[in-house]
Amino acid sequence: MSTEVTNPQFSPEKMAEVQRVISLFPEGKQKSALLRILHIAEEEFGGWLSVPTMNYVAEILGIQPVEVYEVATFYTMFNIEKPGKVVLEVCRTGPCMLVGSDNIIDYIQQKLNIEVGGTSADGIFTLKTAECLGACGYGPMLQCGKHYHEHLTPEKVDALLESLRNEHTTSSN
Amino acid sequence: MGRKLLLEHINVPGIESYDVYRKNGGYRAVEKALKSMSPQNVVEEVQASGLRGRGGAGFPTGMKWSFLAKPEGVPRYLLCNADESEPGTFKDRYLMEHIPHLLVEGMIVSSYALGCNQSYIYIRGEYMWVLEIVEKAIAEAYANGWLGKNILGSGYDLDLAIAPGGGAYICGEETALIESLEGKRGNPRIKPPFPAVKGLWGCPTVVNNVESIAAVVPIVNDGGAEYAKIGIGKSTGTKLISACGNLVKPGVYEIELGMSVEEFIYSDEWCGGIANGKKLKACVPGGSSVPILPANLVTKTAEGTDRLMSYEGLSEGGFATGSMLGSGGFIVFDEDQCIVRNTWNFSRFYAHESCGQCSPCREGTGWMEKVLHRLEYGHGNMRDIDLLEEINKKIEGNTICPLGDAAAWPVAAAIRHFREEFEWHVTHPDEAQKRNFGIASNHIPLV
Repeated sequence: MSTEVTNPQFSPEKMAEVQRVISLFPEGKQKSALLRILHIAEEEFGGWLSVPTMNYVAEILGIQPVEVYEVATFYTMFNIEKPGKVVLEVCRTGPCMLVGSDNIIDYIQQKLNIEVGGTSADGIFTLKTAECLGACGYGPMLQCGKHYHEHLTPEKVDALLESLRNEHTTSSN
Repeated sequence: MGRKLLLEHINVPGIESYDVYRKNGGYRAVEKALKSMSPQNVVEEVQASGLRGRGGAGFPTGMKWSFLAKPEGVPRYLLCNADESEPGTFKDRYLMEHIPHLLVEGMIVSSYALGCNQSYIYIRGEYMWVLEIVEKAIAEAYANGWLGKNILGSGYDLDLAIAPGGGAYICGEETALIESLEGKRGNPRIKPPFPAVKGLWGCPTVVNNVESIAAVVPIVNDGGAEYAKIGIGKSTGTKLISACGNLVKPGVYEIELGMSVEEFIYSDEWCGGIANGKKLKACVPGGSSVPILPANLVTKTAEGTDRLMSYEGLSEGGFATGSMLGSGGFIVFDEDQCIVRNTWNFSRFYAHESCGQCSPCREGTGWMEKVLHRLEYGHGNMRDIDLLEEINKKIEGNTICPLGDAAAWPVAAAIRHFREEFEWHVTHPDEAQKRNFGIASNHIPLV
């Protein structure tokens, strides 16, 4: 695991959100807020959970770092390696396969010249596959951040990649 | 079209907002329950309704509620299971996305019935935008006095919050859900003790599916007896069916339990038949874990009677010639689909999602995936088919939670009904690489 994120600190606004999430649980049960805080931390600190990020979350919740590591490694949504700026997760499970998800995965692989699990040469796109995302009637589909893109066709994929690429090459990030 | 109890107002513009929901009769059930019913009255109505758990197991909700331990001075919790992840199932998402206040209202009435003062909705992490919709609905309910202290002056207090998962099918199992809500890995607990005695933070807990909770609203509004008039036999009321696969009109439908499968698949009012003018090959009627049915057993039972969309109807014939209603994830396969490929795909899903706690499931799901992969790609032999059945028997019933059974059943059923298709892959290794059994091309490498 890389330690590229050295000194993670939530902004005051994000810290207020973290405190609100903690307050949803009774006194002494703050660990229940862990998963949601990890989602917030991932969004804030480069799309992944570095060791310093996980240690920081442990400190906020007053729990041992290992309690955070074991959770971060169990759930598939959390990235413990730094991905590209945009992660595309294509559903590959049965109902999506029936309506052509294999072809969409192939198409994106060719288009970005990467394999599943790889990151494009420009560092923008990471392609992953995911197990059932609960969009079975609207497949083929992929998830990108919080958004679902459904009823995919090669044309729709082209347009999506185009707009994401523009968004992430023009931004200073 | 049949009666709609949950989706009656789904097409009203703005129904996701508090004002529109309220104008269309929303929160009447809370008023009725808190002003004129005791918690026990609500439990009795739910028992009278015959409502069965809509998450997949079909256990009577009222009976589940009656098991809740009520020791003095110990808090009890109601958890809503919104971790919908069974392949083929997307009904809870639909309900939460489009009519979130129905779930909030159901949670208030159900929490009141169970004497809970703090309740949670646990939603799968991938549905983060749905979480935001429900969280907004919860905030609106607080702002309008339906949540918080002394609701409607009744002296009843309730706090409601929502919490996300992190991407793990296993957290739909109720004890894994509880572990996850405690901020841990989603490893199911050994039962007993059951959650009704020892659940969240060691306190008595009830876990109910989104649709079950939502159904409590019409049950309280119209009475349990009225609800029980809909449906057939022990399958009372309405059920959300999420139809997908090779259908003309996939989507979420609310049906009266007991309608015929034939009508549901082929009628233009419902799924509109098989897409692209193809023929039906098979159907998995209740989410990926339930046995697959070949075309001749989908619309008719082995006895030749019409197969009905109900708990008993879909399971008629047992595992030999029947299946299960399950979660209502209705997956339809056209004549071009390869059963071996689909079985391998589902096995890969379960191998990926096994939490790893019990050896039969952790190892067995991986073995099945590997054996099915080699069959699918023309590297298998006849013994592999028997080997799959053997692995199945070693997993089934030997694990802490039902994921093991869920992984074993679809494989067993696929071999039971489509054995010749598995054998074809063995006897035609070259063709299995190029042209699957009934499928035009198969060029996709293992990913």
